Amino acid sequence: MKLSLGPIQYFWDRNSVTDFYARVSEAPVDVVYLGETVCSKRRAMRLPDWLEIAERLTAAGKEVVLSTLTLVEAESEVSYMRGIVENGRYPVEANDMAAVGMLEGTAPFIIGPHINVYNGGALEVMARAGARRWVMPMELDRDTLAMLQARRPAGMETEVFVFGRLPLAFSARCFTARAHNLAKDECGFRCGDYPDGMPLRTREGQSFLNLNGIQVQSGETYNLINEIASLRALKVDILRLAPQARGMFDIIDSFRRVLDGGLEAAAAAERLAPHQPAGACDGYWHGAPGMNREHLA
Amino acid sequence: MELVCPAGSMPALKAAVDNGADAVYLGFRDGTNARNFPGLNFDLDETRQALDYAHRRGARVFLAINTYPRPSQWDKWCRAADQAAALGVDALILADPGLMDYCARTHPGLRLHLSVQGSATNREAIDFYVRHFGVRRVVLPRVLSLTQVQNVMKRVNAEVEVFGFGSLCVMVEGRCTLSSYVTGESPNSSGVCSPAKAVKWEESAAGRRSRLNGVLIDVYAPEEPAGYPTLCKGRFEVDGHVYYAMEEPTSLNVLDILPEIYRAGVAAIKVEGRQRSPAYVAQVTRTLRAAIDACAADPANFAPRRQWIEQLDNVAEGRCHTLGAYHRPWQ
Repeated sequence: MKLSLGPIQYFWDRNSVTDFYARVSEAPVDVVYLGETVCSKRRAMRLPDWLEIAERLTAAGKEVVLSTLTLVEAESEVSYMRGIVENGRYPVEANDMAAVGMLEGTAPFIIGPHINVYNGGALEVMARAGARRWVMPMELDRDTLAMLQARRPAGMETEVFVFGRLPLAFSARCFTARAHNLAKDECGFRCGDYPDGMPLRTREGQSFLNLNGIQVQSGETYNLINEIASLRALKVDILRLAPQARGMFDIIDSFRRVLDGGLEAAAAAERLAPHQPAGACDGYWHGAPGMNREHLA
Repeated sequence: MELVCPAGSMPALKAAVDNGADAVYLGFRDGTNARNFPGLNFDLDETRQALDYAHRRGARVFLAINTYPRPSQWDKWCRAADQAAALGVDALILADPGLMDYCARTHPGLRLHLSVQGSATNREAIDFYVRHFGVRRVVLPRVLSLTQVQNVMKRVNAEVEVFGFGSLCVMVEGRCTLSSYVTGESPNSSGVCSPAKAVKWEESAAGRRSRLNGVLIDVYAPEEPAGYPTLCKGRFEVDGHVYYAMEEPTSLNVLDILPEIYRAGVAAIKVEGRQRSPAYVAQVTRTLRAAIDACAADPANFAPRRQWIEQLDNVAEGRCHTLGAYHRPWQ
């Protein structure tokens, strides 16, 4: 199985992004997804900047994929997306049906986790449109994946999100701006102050969710380190890790070593624990509420 | 501009039709539709009666099969579509591309609408569904501003239906799994959000607490009215402040911008609330019928009457209303 690094979901400044990918080029991941998938107002990095990073990562032997925005509302967002689709060099991950429509018949592409593919019929539609890989939606479980894998279209690769705060919802509203009593149009890019998002707790102090601009994430970190054997048995091709500001290279290293057989899952889980500030969860994989800990110590 | 109203039961359907709905939408009594609540919806025989009642009075019936079936559910969802086609519904409201593909091939004459759960928020996405499945109408998610709706209208080759009144989803529909994160059931997979069976109320001296599968959603002071604990409408703590971190309990109401929606060429206004009572359906249908007729007769001079606003606020979630994302500052 290959290891991938999903797109950065937070708003990091330009230097942080550049430094991060400089280290990624040396890290043991196989596939790297690049681009802004959450908020089109975040413009610290423009397409030429991403392409420059893509080139360096390619030179370092990584497979690079350009990811598109998830919630596409404005014309300007559509035209930016068109630029990505027509980049002429790198495959594209579609996170909205608009991207699927643009990519159809042009080049093989990847169905991101925010396109709802819940059954073989939908996967077949995507395959006919030219998809060659799909990322399983967050809320799907092992048994559903098993049925989908049994009849997956020829040549279709499967990728599963295995580590990171779960992207659970998107809105027209910016929750970070709202937390600062700012209008979205005058947000001042406050999300840039929270490189791992803003924790949201219940009134009993229980960690619950994480606000990241227009996106709501899980408070807990989804962690399928204990499921590597079943992911392998299901012939999953790629495991996805979500970038976070702290501990990312330890996380990559832990998964890599488990995949290569150099580290037991239990030992890896211990190494990962400090990088899950609000704890871990694995419910979705087991067909349970996502926040549950079903197979985690 | 049509008025499309919710029918969670036969009395609600009659209330909608009798009070001026041009069309009603309903679902079968199972997980195939996105309002899979106990005691709601229609079995086959009731659907037949509903069609008969509506058609005799000149109203159309749309049937929603708008959840995303997993492989284990696939056959059942296809059978539901077959049954709806055999019953002669006027349109199917679908979200899943797989199911849409099945219907377009199996029932080529059947009119297909893209559900709000299909999450199409721009012309290019809508085009995909039109091109592949011949979708005739698209229900827009409640995340677009009025300007964005107007822009979509200029370039789209399908009818557009927008939400005009009812509870407000602050998240883009079809891309929200907050409910399954907490309860295991979401609109996409189970047709429910914040399901009632996961709700627990606790009374204490400090007030009343609402929980969803154990997670504290809100605490109400004594005397403070308590709302249903939809999880995005609770009060939470962020950065030391306790507030409605995602959205207040409030209803969407487009009366203030009805002429703009009308002039943009929107085909239909949809009312949310298949889980609401026949009295709600009757009140909202009657009021919106009057408003739409007044707007169509003289859009330039249309102004919402105070009486309409009051009537709608009385049945609104949180007893107040907002223009939601239509109004840019809300965002």
